[in-house]
Amino acid sequence: MQDWREVQEAMAGQGYVAGERLAMALHLAERMGRPLLLEGPAGVGKTEVAKALAGMRAARLIRLQCYEGLDAAQAIYEWNYQRQLLAIRAADARGGVDEAALFSETYLLKRPLLEAISQEEAPVLLIDEIDRADEEFEAYLLEVLSDFQITIPELGTISARARPVVILTANGTRDLSDALRRRCLYCYLDFPDRDTELAILHARMPGLEVRLAAQIVGVVQALRREELEKVPGVAEMLDWAAALSGLGVNDLAQSPEAVQATLVCLLKTAADHDAAPPEVMDRLIGRVA
Amino acid sequence: MRVTRFAARAGGMADRMADFVAHLRGNGMKVGATDTAAALEALTQVQASVPDEPRAALAAVLARDVEEWRRFDDLFDAFWFNAGRTRQDRADNTHVRVQSARPVLWHSHLEDQGGGVPDQTETDVPDAGEDEAEGRDGRLMATRTDALGRRDLREVMDESTLREAERVAASLARAIRDRTSRRRKRARRSGPLDLRRVQRASLARGGEPMELYHRRRPPRPMRIVALCDVSGSMSVHARVFLAFLRGLVGQDMRTDAYLFHTRLMRVTDALRDHDSLRAASRLSLMAEGFGGGTDISGALERFLDRYGARALGGRTVVLILSDGYCTRSPEVLAAVLARLKRKARRIVWLNPLGGWQEHEPVARAMAAARPHLDAHLPAGSLAALAELEAEFARI
Repeated sequence: MQDWREVQEAMAGQGYVAGERLAMALHLAERMGRPLLLEGPAGVGKTEVAKALAGMRAARLIRLQCYEGLDAAQAIYEWNYQRQLLAIRAADARGGVDEAALFSETYLLKRPLLEAISQEEAPVLLIDEIDRADEEFEAYLLEVLSDFQITIPELGTISARARPVVILTANGTRDLSDALRRRCLYCYLDFPDRDTELAILHARMPGLEVRLAAQIVGVVQALRREELEKVPGVAEMLDWAAALSGLGVNDLAQSPEAVQATLVCLLKTAADHDAAPPEVMDRLIGRVA
Repeated sequence: MRVTRFAARAGGMADRMADFVAHLRGNGMKVGATDTAAALEALTQVQASVPDEPRAALAAVLARDVEEWRRFDDLFDAFWFNAGRTRQDRADNTHVRVQSARPVLWHSHLEDQGGGVPDQTETDVPDAGEDEAEGRDGRLMATRTDALGRRDLREVMDESTLREAERVAASLARAIRDRTSRRRKRARRSGPLDLRRVQRASLARGGEPMELYHRRRPPRPMRIVALCDVSGSMSVHARVFLAFLRGLVGQDMRTDAYLFHTRLMRVTDALRDHDSLRAASRLSLMAEGFGGGTDISGALERFLDRYGARALGGRTVVLILSDGYCTRSPEVLAAVLARLKRKARRIVWLNPLGGWQEHEPVARAMAAARPHLDAHLPAGSLAALAELEAEFARI
């Protein structure tokens, strides 16, 4: 990849419409070998970026889903105790235990992070929702992210054979530490504007009628301006479009009952459903139609 | 006239980038020397002659969070394109200085700070010609206004006010924070006797109470989260409230403080700075870019979304210091307070307008807010705040 525009085009080839800033950030992350931290509201396609990137580079996608209480044993590596015990038993029978062999890679269970740096071909490493993990876990990550190496006390330091492209995503459950932010490039993904969203819809569902697509995007954009608890993201918009086209709807204004029935794709809480009664939807549709 | 620093040593790209990074740092972004190097490296990866490429590349490298990401464009324009900031005549105008002796810090200073609309007619790129950059330097204006801001906050934080505010804040914080559990737990030494355990143990000694056990109420300290309104309408009170916030935050490591206006900003760390003058200047740097009216409900919403999960809990008291002038409707305020109420233990509104009942728009906002508040107390000055100690002990 020579240019961020090529990144943008290649991402488009994967069905991901990347804005200029995002394409530039991806380009730089790759060229400078730095991790990229993506932030933004839920449902703007942060995780999809990594998937599209992996598809574009024909690389393996290794995903580490973070959660509260995630620790090094689940994220980096763990010794295979059972196997080690069996080996000790077997070695006892033969007489003489080779301790060095017990702590070799054979008995190492690789978890996503170690897996990612021990690949021959540079993979895409997605560390999803890093803000859900505890702050201590961020500290583990620092070594991996800045030097692409992992230190295992019994084995020594393992350096990456091929530098993975690292994508981190966060959506503000808590503030990330400065140390982590310093090591990353940063890109904030916001909800796409009308034209971008149309392009996304077109990329994902090329068969959709142009007028219906415009209506769908218009309504979703208008809904985002309403006061909702869970603002519908791009993923919800695509679900809705799929549902509507599955029902054979051609014009939102003509089939209000289908709209109401498919709202479950867009609005995910009871309060939001109450906030969008048929009259409100009619008004929104009337405005875009 | 004045010679800009830029012109004095208009070196190569590296020098300029170092200046740009310093400019960002001066505007509150946490960037340093390694970032300069990274920024230069990033520039080698893009075509510096295409206008928007360096901008996008530098944003990815230098911004660290949402706030910085959103401000970056303005800061970028201010430095490289000098947009909307060059009012050369005003720099020599002593009249400006005279005015600024008043605490203008929290006024809407969009006039010559931040937020200026980028002048799109000038589309020269960082690399295109040194001579242009020499005469029109964004840094110069930023530095001047910056110094004004600093001086005002120094006045705000003069030593005696500060000490007094800290004293008041300390006693109030103590009144709020020092709570004990309702239930008694076994205690090692002090506290009343735990008769039940004494009796039980005495069975082993033939009914003689040889060993004594105690119990007491263990401490369950409350956490304080203070949100202070620093909008134009509050500028008269900003002085005392800022000092007060600093006192609160200095008392206890768990206390959190935020300022809001149309934007919300966490200032706990800046306030905790031991060097009071440095704290003042850090604050004034953060104040850059503030402007316009008050959006209380919006600020509270952002607080809930961004910090709520971490800052709030069952043992949190939220102090809102505001006069209740809000640009949005009272219903929105009520809704967001209801949300806040679900997450926090107590909400206390400290209002500098004692007679708010008389003012209709405020009265409506406060009437809407009232059901969700645990207390709504007047707080016009430090003395008034000091008198609230008994009230706080009861909350």
